[in-house]
Amino acid sequence: MDETPSASGRSNGPALSPETMKRAYRDMLLVRRFEEKAGQLYGMGLIGGFCHLYIGQEAVVVGIGLNMKQGDKSITSYRDHGQMLVAGMTPRGVMAELTGRSGGYSHGKGGSMHMFSREKEFYGGHGIVGAQVALGTGLAFANKYRGTDEVSIVYFGEGASAQGQVYESFNLAALHKLPCIYVIENNRYGMGTSIERASASKDLSRNGEPWGIASRKVDGMDIFAVHEAAQEAMEYCRSGKGPFLLEMETYRYRGHSMSDPAKYRQRAEVEEMRRTRDPIETLKAEMLRSGIEESVFKDIETDVKAIVADATEFAQTSPEPDVSELWTDILVEA
Amino acid sequence: MASLILMPALSPTMTEGTLARWVKKAGDAVSAGDVIAEIETDKATMEVEAVDEGVIGKTLVDEGTQNIAVNTPIAVLLAEGEDASAADDVVRSSDPAVGAPVAIETPSDPAITEAPEVAQAEDDRDWGETSEITVRQALRDAMAAELRRDEDVFLIGEEVAQYQGAYKISQGLLEEFGDKRVIDTPITEHGFTGMAVGAALTGLKPIVEFMTMNFSLQAVDHIINSAAKTLYMSGGQMGCPIVFRGPNGAEARVGAQHSQCFASWYAHIPGLKVVAPWSAADAKGLLRAAIRDPNPVIVLENEILYGQKFPCPVDEDFILPIGRAKIEREGTDVTLVAFSIMVGVALEAAAILADEGISAEVINLRSIRPLDTETIVRSVKKTNRIVSVEEGWPVAGIGAEICTVAVEQAFDWLDAPPARVCGLDLPMPYAANLEKLALPKPEWVVDAVRKQLRD
Repeated sequence: MDETPSASGRSNGPALSPETMKRAYRDMLLVRRFEEKAGQLYGMGLIGGFCHLYIGQEAVVVGIGLNMKQGDKSITSYRDHGQMLVAGMTPRGVMAELTGRSGGYSHGKGGSMHMFSREKEFYGGHGIVGAQVALGTGLAFANKYRGTDEVSIVYFGEGASAQGQVYESFNLAALHKLPCIYVIENNRYGMGTSIERASASKDLSRNGEPWGIASRKVDGMDIFAVHEAAQEAMEYCRSGKGPFLLEMETYRYRGHSMSDPAKYRQRAEVEEMRRTRDPIETLKAEMLRSGIEESVFKDIETDVKAIVADATEFAQTSPEPDVSELWTDILVEA
Repeated sequence: MASLILMPALSPTMTEGTLARWVKKAGDAVSAGDVIAEIETDKATMEVEAVDEGVIGKTLVDEGTQNIAVNTPIAVLLAEGEDASAADDVVRSSDPAVGAPVAIETPSDPAITEAPEVAQAEDDRDWGETSEITVRQALRDAMAAELRRDEDVFLIGEEVAQYQGAYKISQGLLEEFGDKRVIDTPITEHGFTGMAVGAALTGLKPIVEFMTMNFSLQAVDHIINSAAKTLYMSGGQMGCPIVFRGPNGAEARVGAQHSQCFASWYAHIPGLKVVAPWSAADAKGLLRAAIRDPNPVIVLENEILYGQKFPCPVDEDFILPIGRAKIEREGTDVTLVAFSIMVGVALEAAAILADEGISAEVINLRSIRPLDTETIVRSVKKTNRIVSVEEGWPVAGIGAEICTVAVEQAFDWLDAPPARVCGLDLPMPYAANLEKLALPKPEWVVDAVRKQLRD
């Protein structure tokens, strides 16, 4: 297998086909441009409340997405826009939910932190740190109960890894050999608290060891490394061996949420990550090296910008939900 | 095309701020993510990042300017190849309304602030022949019937399978349905409840047994935040058909952590249904309805009732509607409203009152949420007096709700202030004599009624 070094000089996994690289580049760029626009709309007062951007972490969700198949389920916390776009939810529907409009996935009743798609098997969008881990374990339970080979992907941050229910879930998943991939997106900071100040466990990839959960620590800024690890985890889960834990070492460029003054880290640290480890630039450098022409990137950029512009237009013109929506969807009519 | 950079809102509450420092100046090239300025808000100094690439054509406010309203243009960003004159054009043509925050109107229409009426069809069906069974047997039979009826139903909890249930409610279910559908868990309420809720979001129909409802507090986040709210937050896409059941209320001589009523806790939550059976028929009919209901339903059982026998319809299709109360005894002088084990206390009180020539009507609520206010109000309009009887604490309890309903909907018919009989407002003591003093007894109800008639 051709092990081409990546832009940052490390060898991080097998090469991908040009088509796969283009798809990954396009998806990562879509997430980034979408999030940049969301940040801008927040600044204009069009998005309210909490808004947690995924910028910097794109390789994680895109690399895992490359390995998902129809029926695989995913769930995450409130830093969820990237997961939704990769699950195939429309940028229009997601952006319109951010602006609280009727065209949003939840008709404006969920907001940035609460979107779902039964069709795309995306189960939210949860605001309580760690809750999605037990819920995601239940998605895997349902897969097994129904006798499918579908896998549940459960994303959570290194901050959530201190929650007790994470380990209750590990125990249950290992006991029942549930097809569940636990993805710790270790972006180093749980809000303003660094991992060093929050976790006595220094290697989160080993946090499943007492339950015998197979695991890998992965360079989450490198799409090749993420892809390879996700492939291994998927095969493991699909073959009925039980849960798998991936610790993705990643980084968020923006604040925890929009109102984060970022006093807990040096700007130089963020700039250094951007300059040397950016997941999109890393992939682009690799694609250029493999002979893909510069014009391809221009075309993708144009395409992505148009998609985001269209979503933005939709999110601003879609009407606010009708007042009758206030009283719908509280209970299903029995 | 040149574009304006606007003063951004950097927190949910920010309306204006101070431009502390320009990091980029006119003529500087920027790309997305570059810090262009520092802004002081009411809370902190924050960095403003560029969202597009281009060249800063012009800055429109000076460093140190205070009280700049959100959405005020602060700079012009030129696109590739544009010169500084484009900056002036875009400033001239800018419409001050562009980008203004959308005002959310507060509804003034009273129809919007009040919940729509819940349709409540009276279920007077006569289910025919009955047999005497215990509440325990009724609950078991309800689960067995629904497990047989629907492959998506499963039972999960501590000691529900091999041990046959801590209170022997799931006796024989493992043998009939196997360990795929009757599932023992470790002692891990938070984890297994979250797991069951996740499974329910995909359409499976779990019955979660809490060994006692006291332990549901370990899992209360999943009941309230995950199960009850997802339907609403998903705009109706994702319901959660799940049952949470177990013994609730005072048990005997087990102390403060194992003797308390959670009816008021769960009844408070939109998105949940809450039922509290008293008799075997209630138990069987309501649990079957709860399992079939497409929403999360809390079934508050009572340990002391488990061994009591009641007549229960033998009809295989027997089921009761959620949201309907039952008049257990008709009367004309006072309405006693109770649920779960307190229905028995209210009936005893009614018998004592009858000896004194006072005719009490006893309503068995069966369902706490939705509450059958129609039956309560109709009864109050007939008797002109109401006393609620509950085992739980008085403050913000179910009795407070019932008395409010009477006052709001039948004020002109009341001949006396509504009264509450509740458990004493203290943690449950262990000592036999003290415990006995803490729980409502028929005499308390009789006293409350006498006071209403005297005043």
